[in-house]
Amino acid sequence: MLRLPPLDYAAPSDLDEVVALLADEGSVLMAGGTDLVPNLKRRQYPGAARIVSLRRVPGVAGIDVADDGSVRIGALTTLAEVAADDRVPAVVREAAGLVASPQLRNRGTVGGNLCVDTRCHWLNIPETWRQAAEPCLKAGGEVCWVAPAKKWCWAVSSSDLAPVMVALEATVRLVGPDGVREVPAAELYRDDGMDHLAKRPAEVITEVVIPPLTGLRAGYRKLRRRGSIDFPILGVAAALRFVDGRCNDARIVLGAVASAPLRVTAAEELVVSEPWSEGLVERVAEAAGKAVRPMSNTDLTSRYRKRMVPVYVGRLLRDLGGYHE
Amino acid sequence: MRLDPHHGVVGTAAPRIDGLAQATGSLRYVDDLAFPGMLWGKILRSTQAHARVVSVDTRAAEAMPGVRAVLTGEDFPVAFGLLPVSQDEHALAIDKVRHVGEPVAAVAADDPDIAQRAVDAIEVVYEPLPAVTTMEEAAAMADEPIHGEGPRVNRHREVSLEFGDVDAGFDAAYHVREDVLFYQGNNHAALETHGAVGLLTDEGRLHVYSSTQVPHYLHRILAKVLEMPEGAIRVTACPTGGGFGGKTDVFSHELVAAKFALVTGRPTKIVLTREEVFYAHRGRHPVLMWIKTGFTEDGRITAMWLKTYVDGGAYGSYGAASLLYTGQLLPVTYDIPAYRFQGVRFFTNKPACGPKRGHGTPQGRFGLEVHLDKAAEDLALDPVAIRRRNLIEPHSLTVNHLRVTSCGLAECLDRVVDASGFRDRYGEMPPGRGLGLAVGAYLSGAGLPIYFNDMPQSEVMLKVDRGGGVTVYSMAADCGQGSTTMLATVVGEALGLDPTELTVVTADTDLTPIDLGSYSSRVTFMAGNAALEAALRLGDLILTAVADEWEVDPDRVELGRGVVVAGDRQMTWREAVQIAEARWGLLVATGSYKPPKDIKGDYRGAGVGPSPAYSYSACVAEVAVDADTGVVSVEKVWLAHDIGRSINPLMVQGQIEGSVHMALGEVLMEEQAFRGALHDGPSLLDYKIPTVLEMCDVESIIVESVDPEGPFGAKEVGQGPLLPVIPAVVNAVYDAVGVRIDEVPVRPDKVIAALRDRTRGGTGRYGPTSLPDYEFRPPLPVDPPGR
Ligand SMILES: Cc1cc2nc3c(=O)[nH]c(=O)nc-3n(C[C@H](O)[C@H](O)[C@H](O)COP(=O)(O)OP(=O)(O)OC[C@H]3O[C@@H](n4cnc5c(N)ncnc54)[C@H](O)[C@@H]3O)c2cc1C
Repeated sequence: MLRLPPLDYAAPSDLDEVVALLADEGSVLMAGGTDLVPNLKRRQYPGAARIVSLRRVPGVAGIDVADDGSVRIGALTTLAEVAADDRVPAVVREAAGLVASPQLRNRGTVGGNLCVDTRCHWLNIPETWRQAAEPCLKAGGEVCWVAPAKKWCWAVSSSDLAPVMVALEATVRLVGPDGVREVPAAELYRDDGMDHLAKRPAEVITEVVIPPLTGLRAGYRKLRRRGSIDFPILGVAAALRFVDGRCNDARIVLGAVASAPLRVTAAEELVVSEPWSEGLVERVAEAAGKAVRPMSNTDLTSRYRKRMVPVYVGRLLRDLGGYHE
Repeated sequence: MRLDPHHGVVGTAAPRIDGLAQATGSLRYVDDLAFPGMLWGKILRSTQAHARVVSVDTRAAEAMPGVRAVLTGEDFPVAFGLLPVSQDEHALAIDKVRHVGEPVAAVAADDPDIAQRAVDAIEVVYEPLPAVTTMEEAAAMADEPIHGEGPRVNRHREVSLEFGDVDAGFDAAYHVREDVLFYQGNNHAALETHGAVGLLTDEGRLHVYSSTQVPHYLHRILAKVLEMPEGAIRVTACPTGGGFGGKTDVFSHELVAAKFALVTGRPTKIVLTREEVFYAHRGRHPVLMWIKTGFTEDGRITAMWLKTYVDGGAYGSYGAASLLYTGQLLPVTYDIPAYRFQGVRFFTNKPACGPKRGHGTPQGRFGLEVHLDKAAEDLALDPVAIRRRNLIEPHSLTVNHLRVTSCGLAECLDRVVDASGFRDRYGEMPPGRGLGLAVGAYLSGAGLPIYFNDMPQSEVMLKVDRGGGVTVYSMAADCGQGSTTMLATVVGEALGLDPTELTVVTADTDLTPIDLGSYSSRVTFMAGNAALEAALRLGDLILTAVADEWEVDPDRVELGRGVVVAGDRQMTWREAVQIAEARWGLLVATGSYKPPKDIKGDYRGAGVGPSPAYSYSACVAEVAVDADTGVVSVEKVWLAHDIGRSINPLMVQGQIEGSVHMALGEVLMEEQAFRGALHDGPSLLDYKIPTVLEMCDVESIIVESVDPEGPFGAKEVGQGPLLPVIPAVVNAVYDAVGVRIDEVPVRPDKVIAALRDRTRGGTGRYGPTSLPDYEFRPPLPVDPPGR
């Protein structure tokens, strides 16, 4: 077994204390630990010195429905709880239920899932291997092995919930040293494999709020090798509103093809431009495929993943729009 | 005594005798062992694919508090290797490293974290050498060959044999076809990673516990490398959490843990990480193959020519045998009148390949069975007909002089064809769904031992105590295949005793007589026969003593279930045992098994392939292929296996289902692939292996041909059922979507590439198109038997 590096551990029962500890150099926040711990074991965070656990903080777990119908999910709520709770919109339950495996869903949380580190097959590998390869950019080296021409990290956003939350226009509540702020889920992310979260390290997500989905048809499709456990190598989330046989509002968001959830605006614009038809679905799916350029840094080939984008987008849109092959 | 099973023990589906301990986790694996004062060993591994080791500076590591010893290549001057012809390894690298992950130095420390830090503090200076990572590169002349002095080709071994007149066979053929196929390498991926503990006994002897399938070979190699007499060493093979051939070699960590015990005087444990298992490897060889066969108009084979190009990795391991296995077992299923087999195993700067379930044979079997399906289509025959037309006869000799005895292949074929509805459904299913057929055969033990000797391959001793308890002693190491239960069942059947009441002492060189190990599906046949012989001798002692006591003719006395009877007289087993001990003294019986000598030909290379009996299997796979995503789902597998006699049907079914599971991994996803010289993903998240949720339905059909020489007629089931599944799935993909994937694993991207090729007017094939530029030496002509 790989062993953890030596680390201190703190589990305050007070959120402010968590935030205060996180301000220290070398502190890392842990919720379920299912992403953090394997990454630590592979020595991906050489600066890490102390784990600060969120688990004892009261009030950050649980699901509520507000009067206006919006659903609040506490950051520490487990994916298994989300998947089983029928107050949660079906698309979110479905996506949560597709994460990893039952054991990991029992332990992994919504907050951790939204923040799950970007992944790359030059990075998420034990240290002996990385020493043999010369460390990549994100591991402290000089080049990105995926695309050595440019000093840029292409590690992949690998969360299943992130594209869904972006498509549903959810907001995320952050508590940090400077107080509380609420940001749209889309603004939580930056398309930069090195630094994919647009939040300060000491900011903690306490909850995510999904606005009421009245009239919205939403769905999520996931591509991975093994339905039993694997990370997504493509995720497609869509939220569409139909009026009189026409889609007049659309969000189509792809996961695991870039370092952040990727809204495909070209496809979104096309889908609302004319009445719904099979031909339209095909063109929208193609437009989505053209908009992405997956790199060779996950399972299966980049060419294959790119080819699967129109297939997966098409299938989801047909399901949502009532058109089937 | 009677030789047919009549006590209702053999043939009864029963849980294995160690099953409860396995299922509840109380079984003690090597990692569960702890001893007072135990140290933790850690191995430093090469970060270079091919390099000269200029210096290894261990001073900083040695100076760290809690570090008790540091070892380097200098501490292991003696080379070793499992096969006598391949003594090319050192426990820790000397002078040169040949793949990333090769052991270079090692630390023993008070705890695993100190050991890790100390390993990190060792400074190694390497002088990098050009690395060879493909067979094409290996086939070219190299100034710095991986082994030996340059310039030379990185060839490890070559085989070039011709049985009968192949060219004449092609000339006489109505149709000749050629195919090029590739079978990717893969790892055993046993759940338990390898581990070993070395310690000194109170008497100062060395005792090594290891998760090994071959305690005897480990014993020999420890003695050689540590330059100690075998009598000063005891090896205990712990129960293993799976082996599949991955624990049939001797590994650095075993020798290093032993050496640490010697130099520190303290027990030392080393357990590999998953990453290290991928570097230790010895898994399935990647094999590129070219196959050409001539057929008559009605599908009879007139001649066959097979060339295999085998990527061996950096060391010999079992490779000299693996290479021969890629071709030598193909004539065991089909009557091939003339056969030319040429193969070459290359050295490359990657972890060494070795034996994995089916050892060397799944690759060639995949090639042949896919090739036959294509030929059937050329000849407008169906897949059943072309196979039926060429089946080997029971009790015959193959073209390469292998002795076939019992053979239930025809029945296996009929049973899977009937059970799956193949005749009505093949070629008739809706688009995206298909059926595929294939057959296979495997050894029931390698006919020759690994090191030349004339002694038995298996020996069993039975000892009876005064309470009637029977203890079975055998060195057979249960790697999960159930050999311990098999031994108890065979002895129980012979003596009329309940297997769960027997004690089985296994896999310990101090306590048990020789068994060469759990590989080549040899244990049921060989240790089973030795156990049967011992039990029959013990039974005779008891029956004679009771006959004397009753003053009756010994022929009238018989063993019943737990009793001894003669007509209407009866006594308990316990009473009988006491009478026998009074009559004979200590009640011990022994049995030995040595394969017959007449099962092999007389040519160079004839030593690999002979077996006292061959198991046979046939498989139909049903698949669904998503033509948009290329994803292949195997929905159901029908697998009929000729096991000779099923000793315990429940365990047979378990082995069949396990083989199907492993085959699904090999055919659909598993690959020990590399980025240059770097493993593509040395973890069980990146190395894709099916979980229980990816498993298909399996209908296991047991065929019993009752082998004349097997114990109660038994052959093997540990490996054979894997073989036909892989080509059956590939053939089913063709039936489903009409593309030929001439390469495993059948990844979705390959299916999509083939489908797109077809849409664009191509042949709809995905697979290799060229062979390494390598010239085989002219084949050695061997006359086929009796022709
Ligand atoms: C084998 C395996 C398969 C997996 N498959 C998938 C998959 O298919 N899809 C998928 O999406 N994920 C997958 N994961 C990753 C992970 O299990 C999940 O994303 C999980 O939801 C992470 O939640 P956690 O609570 O365990 O996060 P942690 O590991 O505790 O944290 C992950 C990251 O988020 C940060 N973080 C956690 N909580 C907060 C918070 N409240 N505020 C701010 N930052 C926070 C942590 O600091 C850390 O950087 C897989 C993991 C494994 C080991």
